[in-house]
Amino acid sequence: MIYLDYQATTPLAPEARDAMLPWLAGPEAPGFANPHSPHRPGRTAAAAIELARERVAALLPPGGRVIFTGSATEALNLAILGRKTRQIAGSTIEHAAVLDTAQASGARLHLLETGSDGLVAPDAAIPPGTDLVAVMHVNNEIGTIQPVADLARAAHRAGALFLCDAVQGAGKLAPPAEADLIALSAHKLHGPKGIGALWIRDGVELAPLIHGGGQEGGLRSGTLSPALCAGFGAAAALAQARMAQDAAHVAMLWDRARAIFAGWTLNGSADQRWRGNLNLRRDGLDVARLMSDLRDIAFSAGSACASGSGRPSHVLRAIGLADTQAKSSIRIGFGRYTMLGELEDACARIAAAAAAQGV
Amino acid sequence: MTPTRIYLDHAATTPLLPAARAALLDGFARWANPSSPHAEGRGARAALEDARARIAAALGWQGEVIFTSGASEALAIALTRCRLPLAAVSPVEHEAVLRHADGAERLAVDADGLVDPAAAARRGLVAVQQVNNETGVIQPLDAIAAAVRAAGGLLLADCAQGAGKLPLPDADLIALSAHKFGGPIGIGALLVRDWAMLRPSGGQERGYRAGTENLPGALAMAAALERGADWLANAARLRRQWEVSICAAGGEIVAAEVPRLATIGACRMPGVSAAAQLIRFDSLGISVSAGSACSSGSLRTSHVLGAMSMDAGPASEVIRVSVGRETGAADIARFVEVWRGIARGRAAA
Repeated sequence: MIYLDYQATTPLAPEARDAMLPWLAGPEAPGFANPHSPHRPGRTAAAAIELARERVAALLPPGGRVIFTGSATEALNLAILGRKTRQIAGSTIEHAAVLDTAQASGARLHLLETGSDGLVAPDAAIPPGTDLVAVMHVNNEIGTIQPVADLARAAHRAGALFLCDAVQGAGKLAPPAEADLIALSAHKLHGPKGIGALWIRDGVELAPLIHGGGQEGGLRSGTLSPALCAGFGAAAALAQARMAQDAAHVAMLWDRARAIFAGWTLNGSADQRWRGNLNLRRDGLDVARLMSDLRDIAFSAGSACASGSGRPSHVLRAIGLADTQAKSSIRIGFGRYTMLGELEDACARIAAAAAAQGV
Repeated sequence: MTPTRIYLDHAATTPLLPAARAALLDGFARWANPSSPHAEGRGARAALEDARARIAAALGWQGEVIFTSGASEALAIALTRCRLPLAAVSPVEHEAVLRHADGAERLAVDADGLVDPAAAARRGLVAVQQVNNETGVIQPLDAIAAAVRAAGGLLLADCAQGAGKLPLPDADLIALSAHKFGGPIGIGALLVRDWAMLRPSGGQERGYRAGTENLPGALAMAAALERGADWLANAARLRRQWEVSICAAGGEIVAAEVPRLATIGACRMPGVSAAAQLIRFDSLGISVSAGSACSSGSLRTSHVLGAMSMDAGPASEVIRVSVGRETGAADIARFVEVWRGIARGRAAA
């Protein structure tokens, strides 16, 4: 199996796994304590969580705090529903975790259009009365890097806060420095599943969605897992230490893969892009058949969440693709642990299988 | 040689069972996204559904299982998305229920913290826990469920403390947390008798809980539940042992005469604040707690003991002792010895 679906989830870094093990102890060691208990094992667990929090915070701008959540989806829900928002402006290519939550919030939703390059205009008009502007850092389907600094400034000029879904960019790019709220997911940066985070700029007030024991400063109740936090922290520290190295590796893989798919059309900007995301189309391509021909290559036809639905991608539609073009698109995602040889092998086989379809 | 610490705070969290740890590590190696359609994703999906089925089987649950990040989230889903409005809650619920229940009526409880089933009938959502996390008191949930249903309502049971130890109650919605029964922190479930009882939110878990599924957590939760609770008889013996000894030394047991989960006991040391007891126990290598872990830093008087009409003075002298699978008679003997020592220190002062 060759895994080329890094936008859906990423392999757990060995360092993250190792950081979790001490907190997955049985009764022979104290590493299982509830970090909210005041006894010594509890305080030790709490200290591990604070170290992890610092490591995650180091990926994010200064002047805010990190709240651990169960996922990035929960972080986005907290950011959107935790404020009394009357009007939200969000890009047409946001993840469902933003668009569906905005809809569920009851606020008016104004969509910011995306160009055929998959980019929101940096000077997009923010309608009067908008409280919250939500634009993702890196799109999960096509990898385009949004002009979040400009959009954050535009949001602030309009009197709105700026929420950035940084799930696909965190640990890979410098953070959206001017955002007010930033959502992250550990498993997209080689950490464990089951944990995410919301970064909140100092002074931004939120109301909790999950009430209870009052953990995370009352913003998110529920016992925190020292293991998941430690794994997230180790993955964040590793991503930070390797940021340039990972980006160089991905650029090298990208160049090689692009060369193999020379006759294919790239969906979304080639320049303003995280290059670990290669979203390509070829007219007439039967993607379902391609996938069934290549069962030992894990690639995708859009986001994992929507992949069972058979709906055409809302992102590809937003960048102006006809449904037939959207349905003849594939996403190849790679990163830190992808080896050049396996990527070349997979790309060559995908290209050959497509050629065998006569397209 | 440093003496091993004695952990008597299993109501806060429990050590990870070896079987759960093995399942978790296995899950870490199967890191594909269960919602991806490729072979690895489908493999992860199959493993997730297998874990779901095993959990339902181990619990004897016929309805649906929604994975969540823990019991707090499961309760939040039930309390905010049930199709019936929240009508009433017991006053001894965990904060994870009470903080969602500002507008709801508080049911009366007696001096042992028990709800009267006949008085719980409401035409709406009623939330009553299975086991109190501070005292171990077990509510008569089957009778409460019958009364609530007869009135056209639904019963939500917070089973965070009882699940995996007691049979599930006959409730309509049930919240549980893996780390209270030897599974990992960060995974729990909301059990739903019928999808129609909840409003969907979109996303994963059949549209009832959005967010990438925590497959390692689900596998470990299933493995922990399957280990069973054959050790509870031992826990009951240990509790009799320490409670009798402590009563003989001047201690008082909360709700001693009503059915309680064998693992949890709350005891008062007259004249010594819980905070002072905790510091002494901790410095002598014993982890116990005053009330729930969540509120234990706060030094607020327990709302549970308050609802049971215990005065604030005595209530502030109560600690919680909770044993687990690995607790042995020697651990309990040492706890009793330290308890007596602290109590004598007070008498001497």
